[in-house]
Amino acid sequence: MKLKYFAWVRERVGLSEETVEPPAGVHTIGDLIAWLSGRGESYAHAFERPKVIRAAIDHVHVRPDAAITGAREIAFFPPMTGG
Amino acid sequence: MTAIITVRIQEADFDAAREIAALTKGRTDIGAVVSFSGICRGNDDGASIAALTLEHYPGMAEAEIMRHAHEAMARWPLNGLTIIHRVGRITPGENIVLVVTASSHRQAAFHAAEFLMDYLKTSAPFWKREESGAGTSWVEARAHDDAAAARWTKS
Repeated sequence: MKLKYFAWVRERVGLSEETVEPPAGVHTIGDLIAWLSGRGESYAHAFERPKVIRAAIDHVHVRPDAAITGAREIAFFPPMTGG
Repeated sequence: MTAIITVRIQEADFDAAREIAALTKGRTDIGAVVSFSGICRGNDDGASIAALTLEHYPGMAEAEIMRHAHEAMARWPLNGLTIIHRVGRITPGENIVLVVTASSHRQAAFHAAEFLMDYLKTSAPFWKREESGAGTSWVEARAHDDAAAARWTKS
């Protein structure tokens, strides 16, 4: 699946997007954040406050308990500040 | 006549008067137009701002705005609405966002414009980075914006 990062999540991870194959056992957005956090210092820094991180699956906002099965594109970003 | 929804995300500036004219041109069913322009301030809580840079999530930003545009259409008797959000670097005094709502009567137009702005602030995927003398920093989301959006979910 494709992952996208925006704003300070993008800056901390050091990538705007990447393709990953999460291992079995990663079922939800929360699981995915926990798995990503273990991939290195930049990820650990980006996801150090998981409650602050917002997520979207295929362009729709989702909560941490949302299932990632079948997702094509998952995005992580801070709370929005547009308008 | 059918209601027309226009949603644009662009780097270029917009002309609010031209957008209002485009929405109402040739129509006699519109009795009220409300327009809101969000403009870049030169200071935030006393700190001087040199510029804002707006980042967005292409694809989702358009989809999220369109979702709320359709919700506004379902909640109020609107004849049309236009939403324009700029991205890129914006300096103080420049436009950031425009919401124009048109209806037969003023109440629907006022309410829909406020509803759309409240949701643009809290659920459309845009992020502001501020440039000041001290460097650059991401703008923090504000609790009062979440509270403003939440009141629309109460019956």
